[in-house]
Amino acid sequence: MEFLLGYVLIPTVKIVALVLILSGVVAYLTLLERKLIAYIQVRLGPMRVGPHGLLQPIADGLKFILKEDIIPRRADALLFTIAPAISLVPAFVVFAVVPFGPPDMFRGTIETVLGWFFDAATVQAVADNTVATGGFIADFNIGLLFVLAVSSVGILGIILGGWASNSKYPLLGALRSAAQMVSYEVALGFAVIGVLLVSGSLSLVQIVQQQEAAGVWYVFVQPVAFVLFFICGLAETNRLPFDLPEAETELVGGFHTEYSGFRFSLYFIAEYANMITVSALAVTLFWGGWLRPFPNVEWLWFLDLVPALGWFVLKVFLFLYLFIWIRGTLPRFRFDQLMRYGWKVFLPVAMANVIVTAAVLLVV
Amino acid sequence: MIGEETVLDIKELEINMGPQHPSTHGVLRVKLYLDGERVTDCESIIGYLHRGVEKISENRSYIKCVPYYDRTDYIAAVSNALGYLLGVEAMMEIEVPERARHIRIMMTEFNRIASHLLWLATHALDIGAMTVFLYCFREREEILKLFEALFGARLTTHAFRVGGLWKDLPAGFADACRDFIDEFPRHVDEYEQLLTRNRIWMDRTIGVGTISAEEAIDFGLSGPPLRGSGVDYDLRKLRPYGGYDEYEFDVPVGENGDTYDRYLIRLEEMRQSARIVRQALEKLPDGPIRGKVPRILKPPVGEFYSGIEGPRGELGYYIVSDGSALPFRVRIRPPTFISLQALRRLVQGHLMADVVAIIGTLDIVLGEIDR
Repeated sequence: MEFLLGYVLIPTVKIVALVLILSGVVAYLTLLERKLIAYIQVRLGPMRVGPHGLLQPIADGLKFILKEDIIPRRADALLFTIAPAISLVPAFVVFAVVPFGPPDMFRGTIETVLGWFFDAATVQAVADNTVATGGFIADFNIGLLFVLAVSSVGILGIILGGWASNSKYPLLGALRSAAQMVSYEVALGFAVIGVLLVSGSLSLVQIVQQQEAAGVWYVFVQPVAFVLFFICGLAETNRLPFDLPEAETELVGGFHTEYSGFRFSLYFIAEYANMITVSALAVTLFWGGWLRPFPNVEWLWFLDLVPALGWFVLKVFLFLYLFIWIRGTLPRFRFDQLMRYGWKVFLPVAMANVIVTAAVLLVV
Repeated sequence: MIGEETVLDIKELEINMGPQHPSTHGVLRVKLYLDGERVTDCESIIGYLHRGVEKISENRSYIKCVPYYDRTDYIAAVSNALGYLLGVEAMMEIEVPERARHIRIMMTEFNRIASHLLWLATHALDIGAMTVFLYCFREREEILKLFEALFGARLTTHAFRVGGLWKDLPAGFADACRDFIDEFPRHVDEYEQLLTRNRIWMDRTIGVGTISAEEAIDFGLSGPPLRGSGVDYDLRKLRPYGGYDEYEFDVPVGENGDTYDRYLIRLEEMRQSARIVRQALEKLPDGPIRGKVPRILKPPVGEFYSGIEGPRGELGYYIVSDGSALPFRVRIRPPTFISLQALRRLVQGHLMADVVAIIGTLDIVLGEIDR
């Protein structure tokens, strides 16, 4: 009974809830982006559907579902069909290891709710199980490797989509994204190593706990790594100024030129889910995850009035705001410049950061 | 593609950009030959917007021709027919009253600002800076409102008439102009803040589409593309028409002839245009707005060329009269038709992404190219 509850039932509830909430956040992130960019650009943004356009994401979703499903005759039908899914799934799967609260986050809730149905011993056994009570789906000891591995799969969906369309503009978009992925994954990996050296753990939960123990967010320990991580994160999510794979003024729609309707919306959702993922990772690795500011300063106790989840969400949204703000401000890089920055600037800096960090750790 | 061959088997990719492409600024079709992302060759295909304006004008009286010319370059509709009007007025020896001359110059310069704003907006959007697009449209909107108040239309105006203007300025117009001109330089600074020193913008425009002064002259370029290469050629200074000799303004000239220089020149031209408008507002005398124009225009037998410095370069009208009420032939020299020839030379060796930047920097208007 304890096993069924602690390892199957409660995690399932959490997974379903997370997927639903994430989908909702993604939907409203599109609205948030349109609204914020509209305010940056002195206009109003969506105003027609619902008050201040609040129902716009729902209308958009319905529109996508009701549209005709077109597969170009020359396209590779199988790959063309599954490519958007390949792009979308990893964006959600990554969230399995991202902690949005401490390991005992749901302890109180679980004790209360289970107390109505089960005896004290069962409740106690489940409440001691962090898989059930933790503010995360899973806490791997290789969590960060998992994140890097899974998020690489996502870009495969873009390459396949562009390739399967068997058309020129999407092919160019797909080639660009392949090159971009290779260039920026490397620098991203090196940026993350800096954090690993400091924390000594690959588990995302432990990385946050280490930050709590150290009493300092890692962004102050590893500022260079953070900047690199964020820039590479922009590149990984294909956002401006790195949105070359879909550069609409050059490649029409880039890799998704041939896509329409619901399949197109899957790519769209994947992009926004990836934005959330990268923001959540940046928060977890560098900004103390669910921790409040100054986690060890006693007299700031009133900051604890905001629950851990609140801090996490707040920080994630600050990053999402940054993403949108950058999109509203910067022009787009050119392909060769993107490669040059990736290999000649970011990668050497990231490597130097790793070496310096390791040397400092060795001495201290 | 035949049979089992896919796009992956092709060594040199032939890509069709336009006529329906977001950054070919209308219905330009460019056939690109790509080696990877590098452009090896390109071919511009035009004519999708051909209306036969030159032929039509052979069957219209001298006055009735004007609206057709207004609509060739729809981005600069106000000043478009000015060259033709100056030509007809010179052939007929019609005196344009002083007030009309100043208003013409004022509106021409407003038009230059509006045209450059649209250019900056689309050029920045092509390179990915979407906010500049809307900022520019915000200011352009104010100018279009002025046009509407004076000419009754925002885009398809029929602004200037033979011998002067159709109507005098409406009440409060001068004040509205003054308000705009006081604000405007601040907005140009705003665009500069977003772009001029922006690392990405500089990377994308410096050294892109470079053309030397000799080549630019050989291609017959004019306007900002020519001045960007360092040739100080501005008809407003060289052959002051319509009263430009009474005005003080500078002609910005570039050094390197690349996209960045042309960008800086156009921004500076907007500031200078604002300066000219301000002077025009100060000079504006009272008086009639239309000279004595005969009912039927019959210019004496002969030919006349009159060119103006349009926002895009030298916009010339070559008028041949056989003494009748209809022009025997009117040949338009559209500046961007000639600039577009340089596209093939400019894009060679550049990347696919530069093509949109180069098309943008030439500031083409298809209505004028196809006529």
